Amino acid sequence: MSIFRLFRSQSSAPVARERLQILLEYERRESGRRDLAAVLRDEIIAVISRHVTVDPDRVQVKLDRRDRMSTLAVDIQFPNAAA
Amino acid sequence: MGKVIVVTSGKGGVGKTTSTAALGAALAQMDQKVAVVDFDVGLRNLDLVMGAERRVVYDLINVVQGVAKLAQALIRDKRLENLYLLPASQTRDKDALTEDGVGRVIADLREKFDWVICDSPAGIERGATLAMRFADAAVVVCNPEVSSVRDSDRIIGLLDSKTLKAEKGERIDKHLLITRYEPSRANRGEMLSIDDVLEILSIPLIGIVPESEDVLRASNLGTPVPLSNAESAPARAYFDAARRLCGESIEMTIPSERKGLFNKLFGRRAA
Repeated sequence: MSIFRLFRSQSSAPVARERLQILLEYERRESGRRDLAAVLRDEIIAVISRHVTVDPDRVQVKLDRRDRMSTLAVDIQFPNAAA
Repeated sequence: MGKVIVVTSGKGGVGKTTSTAALGAALAQMDQKVAVVDFDVGLRNLDLVMGAERRVVYDLINVVQGVAKLAQALIRDKRLENLYLLPASQTRDKDALTEDGVGRVIADLREKFDWVICDSPAGIERGATLAMRFADAAVVVCNPEVSSVRDSDRIIGLLDSKTLKAEKGERIDKHLLITRYEPSRANRGEMLSIDDVLEILSIPLIGIVPESEDVLRASNLGTPVPLSNAESAPARAYFDAARRLCGESIEMTIPSERKGLFNKLFGRRAA
């Protein structure tokens, strides 16, 4: 064993505790409700689809849930009307 | 009237079946009349852990469907005369279990036994919700590990919404059983501590079962942990948990291995 390992922090438990606390706070709030991100994704895609043909393979949804706020990025590629 | 307990966890492999067998055996040793019921249709294992796998004739589905009488399907333990097993079906479709049918069988068991302990399948699907449906109390088995704690939280939510008691507006008692705990690793900050898990899940603790080679040894032999080696650390943890289930208040400890001089000198037990 490397001598440096002795100095490296072995405490992963506090990280586990914090991750769980953040996740479960979210999941308890959302339980019974549909996942908000999923609702937004579906409705946004539905609105776009009303006007243009959307290829499901060309839709990218990124979600980042953080402590106080979340971001949702929806990237939809569609052919130009003229094409 | 007996008490119906569901042993549940959400996550698989955390020790539901081991704990069902162990709590059943510990309660039976306290002169209680106990039935342990396997709800894991298609993947039954309680029979194996209890050492009764070669004596299964009828199962829960046969009784639910009226093919067999309850008394015919119950297997009496060879070591403890007031401990019985109702096995799950290995072959049948899990949809063969109906809520009404299960309700009738549980009501019947409740009249004949002091304790009916239902071993839930993993997951949150029908099998798991049926296993908890008629319970008076739940033992939530949890490992000090993130995915197990998360799933325990889900199961606690289901216990508070999908059980008959919850639907009637009554309270279902929930007890946390932490298994595979390693105090030395928790002390070094490598494992969630008991306090961490309790703070996150906030249900009362019924016992702490330390990680131990005695648990695998017991299942290898088909003997519930308390009967395999009553002096072992996990056996003492299960005895304490069983006494707490009966309402005794005993100090919460983490049982540790009692090593004799020989073992201290040579480290390994000659098992």
